[in-house]
Amino acid sequence: MKIATSDEIRAIAGVDTRKCMKCGKCSASCPAYNEMDIRPHQFVSYVQNGDVEALMNSKSIWKCLSCFACVERCPRDVKPAKLIEAVRLSVIRQRGENYLSPDEIPALLDDETPQQLLMSAFRKYRK
Amino acid sequence: MQRIGVFVCHCGTNIAATVDVKKVVDVISKEPGVVHAEDYQYMCSETGQQKVIDAIQNEHLTGVVICSCSPRMHEGTFRKAAEKAGLNPYQLEIANIREQCSWIHKDMEEATEKAVILARAAVAKVMLDTPLTPGESRVVKRALVIGGGIAGIQTALDIADAGYEVDIVEKTPSIGGRMSQLDKTFPTLDCSSCILTPRMGEVNAHEKINIYTYSEVESVGGFVGDFKVDIRKKARYVDMDKCTGCGLCQEKCPSKKNLSEFNRGLSNRTAIYTPFAQAVPNVPVIDTANCIHFKTGKCGICSKVCAAGAVNYDQKDEVITREYGAIVVATGFDTISLDKFDEYYYNQSKDVITSLEMERLMNAAGPTGGKVVRLSNGEHPKDIVFIQCVGSRDVTCRGKSYCSKICCMYTAKQAMLVRDHYPDVNVHVFYIDVRTPGKNFDEFYRRAVEEFDVDYIKGQVGKVSEAPNGRLLVQGSDLLDNRQIKMEADLVVLATAIEPSKDARKLATMLTASMDTNDFFTEAHAKLRPVESPTAGVFLSGVCQGPKDIPETVAQAGAAAVKVVGLLAKDKLTTNPCTAESNPLFCNGCASCEKVCPYGAISYEDRQVNDHGIRETRHVAVVNGALCHGCGACTVACPSGAMDLKGFSNRQILAEVDAICR
Repeated sequence: MKIATSDEIRAIAGVDTRKCMKCGKCSASCPAYNEMDIRPHQFVSYVQNGDVEALMNSKSIWKCLSCFACVERCPRDVKPAKLIEAVRLSVIRQRGENYLSPDEIPALLDDETPQQLLMSAFRKYRK
Repeated sequence: MQRIGVFVCHCGTNIAATVDVKKVVDVISKEPGVVHAEDYQYMCSETGQQKVIDAIQNEHLTGVVICSCSPRMHEGTFRKAAEKAGLNPYQLEIANIREQCSWIHKDMEEATEKAVILARAAVAKVMLDTPLTPGESRVVKRALVIGGGIAGIQTALDIADAGYEVDIVEKTPSIGGRMSQLDKTFPTLDCSSCILTPRMGEVNAHEKINIYTYSEVESVGGFVGDFKVDIRKKARYVDMDKCTGCGLCQEKCPSKKNLSEFNRGLSNRTAIYTPFAQAVPNVPVIDTANCIHFKTGKCGICSKVCAAGAVNYDQKDEVITREYGAIVVATGFDTISLDKFDEYYYNQSKDVITSLEMERLMNAAGPTGGKVVRLSNGEHPKDIVFIQCVGSRDVTCRGKSYCSKICCMYTAKQAMLVRDHYPDVNVHVFYIDVRTPGKNFDEFYRRAVEEFDVDYIKGQVGKVSEAPNGRLLVQGSDLLDNRQIKMEADLVVLATAIEPSKDARKLATMLTASMDTNDFFTEAHAKLRPVESPTAGVFLSGVCQGPKDIPETVAQAGAAAVKVVGLLAKDKLTTNPCTAESNPLFCNGCASCEKVCPYGAISYEDRQVNDHGIRETRHVAVVNGALCHGCGACTVACPSGAMDLKGFSNRQILAEVDAICR
């Protein structure tokens, strides 16, 4: 498995890990906390410290419910769930068949699909 | 013919290391009009100043340029020297070749070239300088203090003790402020009201202090030394002179179920009320929204029982106008609204309270007589959880980005007192950091841990909810043990962030005093002028300027008082002569200048003018020199070129630009 860099994870998530003041409110809010081997607050420091490999191999990325309680409550606007999602995506992308090419987009367009969905899908799955 | 002298300062190596000062002297001495040019190591020194004086006298200079540091630093110094030598001080200009040149450049050649250009611009300007004379304005020997908390009380006392009259304007029915609501004070644990009430009494009895409670500042006009302030005295419906403070009206008032502001809504009060027993003045007010007489026209019991005949339902708001030499802002703080913090269950449960409510709960004069109980059922609690940084250090739209500063200490205090009064109660404190700088502060916090067994947990709380058994369920992080804690509690106390009083911004607008994005008043200089607002004559005391505890507030209050006394002690103030001036012949009466003037210094009048022999009356701009701060906004706004700023005329500025571009 190709290991993503911290910069890639931060870019995908749109998160500045330096903003974290280590209050632990994310882990305090997390309903899946006990299922996780690496906890939400640790995701922030792992990315900040460059240890993305441990995160990509953790089971936490499959346990996060994406409930976004940590994002909602974080007093520093760090968005831990987005980091977890970014790590999860960098694992998923390498499993193949998950790519979106520009040619496929016209076929996906219909009146019901929000354009933003396609935009973000394309951003996440383009390579 | 102008005779200009130029003096180039080395400022040790500050300038000389980057700017070739000898070369600057050499080049500038060849400028037309420059008859004298020299350099010296420290122009601001006695010897340096003497060089300026000697040159003015020996060379009969008509203008002086000093190439040195920022004019903010030493313009005053050199102007005094020029005056001493017999030159009008406003015929001296500073070329800033330090902050704007040597400090920001590395390359000597470039820096030297720039220094020459700056010097040349200053020479061009000084050529067009005219002698200016500062005016004088009076100083009203009375100060206004806005806010009657400990900050306002202390400032008022210190000013009054120096012999000047002080008025305090307080919007609530009594002075005392937040401090009167507190139970004990850290780190000494003395009773807050025991130390405050004597001060309140002192203010009340002081012959130089006049208190307007239940009053608000409605408008502010004028300027430093000569402010005119309208104060709205809200109708109390009780005659201050007749009321004896017997309290019978409050006893008999049938409208008893109104939330007490003083007890933060934890108890009820009557419609005619004094906020607390030691209120100053001890004269009640009628809350018309809840008074049966005002709602239905019936009742009238308070009026009937008042032996002094003090109740007067026909009283009206009264607006009085008073003059002041100085104004002190001491508007204090409140706790933030927790409406956006639903995870703490504050609006859902009576057993989740703010720290200020906890103060009332612990206070012997509070709603429970000092007994700490679960507010939902009045039962004795077994576990109390304190949560710190609720809304503080929060950069989202929900909270405040700053540290509220006082919470770590009062939380330690409340936790310690709970353990002291009720050794059977377990106390847990969730913290992010414990910040206790201050004399005996960290020792105090450690006592809570080491002597009183308060359980400090490093981590925040994510969620408070109701457990099936009716108790509260607190879910938080323990970062040191890397675990998520779920614990039951009977009472949760939120160390809620503090924010400046809601009315502060309105007041800042009236005073033209600046504020930061958090609505704290800005000081004139963060380090060197911490109790003055940038607006002359307006001073700052207490939390309105930034979070602080009681000793810091009292210290700042005293400092503000000294600044006020320093101002009031003067008989006259010198006004800045660099003010705007309108040429009535050019003025087209458009009023653009009036609209942009931030100080209300421009008005329009009908003036007789003589335009090339044609006499007529025109509607033209007139500048009040005493109000004008010389900001120059009007000179830019004026479309017809009528408005000009003395000392910074349009011609001078263009001459500078020409010199720079040459």
